[in-house]
Amino acid sequence: MVETLAESVARLASLDREVVAIAWLSLRVSLTAVLVGALAGIPLGALVAVVRFPGRQALVGLLNASMGLPPVIVGLVIYLLLSRSGPLGPLGLLFTPAAMVAAQSVLVTPLIAALTRQIVADAEAHLGDQLRSLRLPPWRRAGLLVFDVRFSLVTAILAAFGRAISEIGAVLVVGGNIDGFTRTMTTAISLETQKGDLALALALGLVLIGLVLLVNAAATILRAYAVRAYG
Amino acid sequence: MSAAIPPNPSLPPNPSLPPNPSLPLRLDGLVYRAGPKTIIDGLDATIAAPGITALIGPNGAGKSVTLRLIDGLLRPDAGTVRIGEGAPVRRAFLFQRPALLRASAARNVALALAPLGLERRERAARTRAALARVGLLDRADDPATRFSGGEQQRLALARALVGEPQLLLLDEPTASLDPAATERIEAVVAEIARGGTKVILVSHNLGQVARLADDVVVLARGRAVEHGPMAQVVFQPKTAQARAYLKGELPWTAYAAAS
Repeated sequence: MVETLAESVARLASLDREVVAIAWLSLRVSLTAVLVGALAGIPLGALVAVVRFPGRQALVGLLNASMGLPPVIVGLVIYLLLSRSGPLGPLGLLFTPAAMVAAQSVLVTPLIAALTRQIVADAEAHLGDQLRSLRLPPWRRAGLLVFDVRFSLVTAILAAFGRAISEIGAVLVVGGNIDGFTRTMTTAISLETQKGDLALALALGLVLIGLVLLVNAAATILRAYAVRAYG
Repeated sequence: MSAAIPPNPSLPPNPSLPPNPSLPLRLDGLVYRAGPKTIIDGLDATIAAPGITALIGPNGAGKSVTLRLIDGLLRPDAGTVRIGEGAPVRRAFLFQRPALLRASAARNVALALAPLGLERRERAARTRAALARVGLLDRADDPATRFSGGEQQRLALARALVGEPQLLLLDEPTASLDPAATERIEAVVAEIARGGTKVILVSHNLGQVARLADDVVVLARGRAVEHGPMAQVVFQPKTAQARAYLKGELPWTAYAAAS
């Protein structure tokens, strides 16, 4: 155990090229998925919070429930869509990083939408009457409320990033864990553990945790700076 | 008998005002229910006079709901709100608690100009004029969330004024403010009314009603029970409900009346 740890640290210290490549792919895929999820999920969540329409409560329930979508099932559905005989088969995306981005985007969009809806709904309880009395259209009200809660939304984004970077089911099913192409931190850790290269598995695990801490620290510092500057 | 609350000597008594398109403001048979509870229960009132009309009455009488029905924030279950002769009227609503965005003071004020589709320069000029009116021009670029309670409400008032409303609805605008902040808000409100804006003021502060209002509507259990000139309604209420409310709210007017 101690030996394994020592070897892990040694490999980290030498900044193994393979480890760096794997970490970079993981980061790229998950950050892209979070970007897609934010672009789709924040407007969706904000509109559900602001606009009254029949079936809204049901949609809110559905959104909340889909925060718990099992990654492996999302992977399976994307796999079926992208497989050669599937409707999106001709795109030839299966077992590519793009497929992994698609699967993780599907995973984090409802999470971001559901958290945004709750955060915006709380702000709407405070500001809603005022914005309605200014006769602003719903999309404008939603936009202003998103602007108002922008610092709180950082937490939703971080939660989505945490879910994406740490999941294995979706990236494994649609990415295929191809060495040097679609191998991510989580799929590599799982593989190396099975192969018995515990030192590499542990090294990757340390890097993964380090990455998560780094991204969260960066977001927290940016948020604190922005709050100080803009109240 | 001397008046218990002297009217504000700085206010000219009932100045002659230009015609206001929000008058007459007619509430006909208004009913509003929230779940099983009937909040407004057949409210009839016609506000025809310019200046400041105060809506007073005990908690739960339906004052705030009436104001929201006038603004259109709530839809009545029955009855109608008719504002003037039906032409569009510029309206603004000032809430008890200022609802401000996490943005600069100027941006909060400019928000109210968004639906008007003005040019950038015109928007900026109007925003500055509104901030100047409430004495916050030097703080235009500060974040609104750093303002004190009184400053926040003045900022909200600037936002209400910037669109030059013809009808201004005030829902207990000074309920959570100290006397100095209250005085500043009152001074601006009085000035707006002198400029021809029709003001409807919900207030529990009878001193404020006496200082500002031209006429007073007393609400009780979702109905208008009395409507008349301020001095008459506040100092010589005709109905039992109005008397009960005024006595409870202001014991010392009763002492003054008795002595």
